[in-house]
Amino acid sequence: MKVPKDAPERFSSKLIRGATYAGAGLTAAALMLIVGYILYKGIPFLTPELFSWNYTSENVSLTPALVNTVLMSLLSLLLAFPVGVGAAIYLVEYAKPGNRFVRAVRIATETLQGIPSIIFGMFGMLFFVTACGWGLSLMAGACTLTIMVLPVIIRTSEEALMGVPNAYRQGGFGLGAGHGLVVFRCVLPSALPGIIGGVVLALGRCVGEVAALLFTAGTVAQVPDFAGKGIGALFDSCRTLAVHMYALSCEGLHVGEAYATAAVLLAVVLSLNALLAFVVKKMEVTKP
Amino acid sequence: MISNNLTQTPYESIGNPVITVENLNLFYRNYHTLKNVNIAFPRKQVTAIIGPSGCGKSTLLKTLNRMNDLVEGCVVDGSVRLNGQDIFTELRPTELRQRVGMVFQQPNPFPMSIYDNVAFGPRAHGIRSKSILDGLVEQSLRHAAIWDEVKDRLKRNALGLSGGQQQRLCIARALAMEPEVLLMDESTSALDPASTAKIEELIQTLRSRYTVIMVTHNMQQARRISDRTAFFLLGEMIEVNDTKTMFNHPADERTLDYVSGRFG
Repeated sequence: MKVPKDAPERFSSKLIRGATYAGAGLTAAALMLIVGYILYKGIPFLTPELFSWNYTSENVSLTPALVNTVLMSLLSLLLAFPVGVGAAIYLVEYAKPGNRFVRAVRIATETLQGIPSIIFGMFGMLFFVTACGWGLSLMAGACTLTIMVLPVIIRTSEEALMGVPNAYRQGGFGLGAGHGLVVFRCVLPSALPGIIGGVVLALGRCVGEVAALLFTAGTVAQVPDFAGKGIGALFDSCRTLAVHMYALSCEGLHVGEAYATAAVLLAVVLSLNALLAFVVKKMEVTKP
Repeated sequence: MISNNLTQTPYESIGNPVITVENLNLFYRNYHTLKNVNIAFPRKQVTAIIGPSGCGKSTLLKTLNRMNDLVEGCVVDGSVRLNGQDIFTELRPTELRQRVGMVFQQPNPFPMSIYDNVAFGPRAHGIRSKSILDGLVEQSLRHAAIWDEVKDRLKRNALGLSGGQQQRLCIARALAMEPEVLLMDESTSALDPASTAKIEELIQTLRSRYTVIMVTHNMQQARRISDRTAFFLLGEMIEVNDTKTMFNHPADERTLDYVSGRFG
C-alpha cells in the first residue's frame, strides 16, 4: 500500500512496517543462505563419478540412493494415497457428522501428525522389521513412511473435499446419480488439485526423512536387486538420498560429497514441487 | 380422511394427475414443516407454488423427488404417488429422480464440458452409445432453447457460460433424462431480468411436453406463466386453483391478502 508523500508517518507505524519488512527479509535470507551455502560447498564435488551406477568405498556414488529415494517415495505414496484419500472420502462424503467412529478417526489423524518421526522409526523397527520379520528393508521403510504421511494426505484431502460446493452434490443427486457416481464424477474432480497438493507435501516428507528410515530401511548403498530376486527385492535394505547424506557426513570421510548429495536432494525437492505446482495449475483451469 | 378445507380443489376433479400428494406431513427434527398437505399436479401443465418465506413450498418440492432424504433429521409421513406408484416404497430414489428432474435456485453446472453436463444423467443411467448420447444432448439443448448459443462449443467448460445460459444448461441437463415432471425451485431468482424472461418463455414451451412444478416468490411470475397456482402459508396448503381464479377471485381471505400484497 502506498502512503501519499506529504502524509507524515508516525514513528510507531514506521516501526511496525520495518518489523514486517525485517520478518519477510529474514525468511527469504534464511532460504537463500541455506541454498547458497549448500551449492557453494557441494557443486565442486558434483563430478560425473558421483553419478556412476555403483557405490564403492572410494567412489561414494549417489545414484543408488537417488534411485532408492524414488522407489521408497513411490512405494510409500502408492500405499498411503488410496488409504488416505479413501479415509478422507469416507469422513466427508459418507460418514454421518459427529458419529463416534468419525471422532475417533479425527483424533487419530491429529495425533499421528504430531508424533516425531523417530517414534515412527522405533515402531517400524519393532513391528515391520522385527515382528513381521521383514528385516531392514525397502518394504519396512515404505510402510513406516506410509503411516507417517497418512495424516498429511487425509487432512489435505478432507479440506479439499469440504471445499467443493454442495451444489455439485445436489446437482448429481438431483439427476438420479448414485452416491458413488456423485463422489467420483461431481466431487472428486474439483477436489483433485487440493488432494495433489497433499501428495506433494507427503512426497516432500518421504524424500527428506532420515530418522524413521535409519531404523527401518537401513543404510545399504545399493539398489535392491529386482533383476535377480524379483519382488523379493522389496525386502532388501537400501538407503535413500537423505540417509546417504547423513551416513556420509557421519563417517566424516566424504563431507564434500555429502554437500554434493545435499545439492542434488535440494534440486530433486525443488523440481518435484515445481512439477506438481504446474500440474495443479493445469487442473485448476477447470475450476470456476 | 375428509379435508376440512372446503376451498381446496379435490385432486379427483383434475383427472389423471401425474403426481398426487395425500396427507403429507413433514418434520425437520421437531419442526412441523408441512401440515397435512393434499394436492394433485395435472399432467402437462405448469403449476406454481407461492407463499411467503418459510411456508414450506421448497420443502414440498424437494419431497417430490426425495431430495429431502439428504437432509439430516427429516421425517416424512403420508403418501406421494407418481403415476400411481408410491415414491417412498415403490421407487428407488435414483429412479424417482430420473423421472422427476430438478432445477435449483443457483445454476449449478458441473465443472466439465457443456456436452458432459448434459450427458451426465443419461450416462449415470447406463447409456453409453455415442450416437444416442449425441442425439439426447442436441435434443435437450434445443428444448432448453440454448442449442444455437452453444452448438459450436460443446466441448468447452460449462463454467464459461453466463448465469442465464448456465441455468438453461441445467434445465437441458434435467431434460436429457426425459423426465415426466420438472421441478423448478425459484430457478430464476438468481438471474437478471433478461435471463429471467428467456427462462419464462422456455417454461411456456416446455408445457407441451412436460409437467412443470415451480416454486416462486415472485407472484407476477406465477401469474404470467402458470396454469394453476397453489398458495402455502406456515406449512399448510391454503388454496389451489387455476391461476386466473386464484389471483382474481381467491376463495380464502388469506390468499386474497397475500396476492394483493398485504403481507409476504
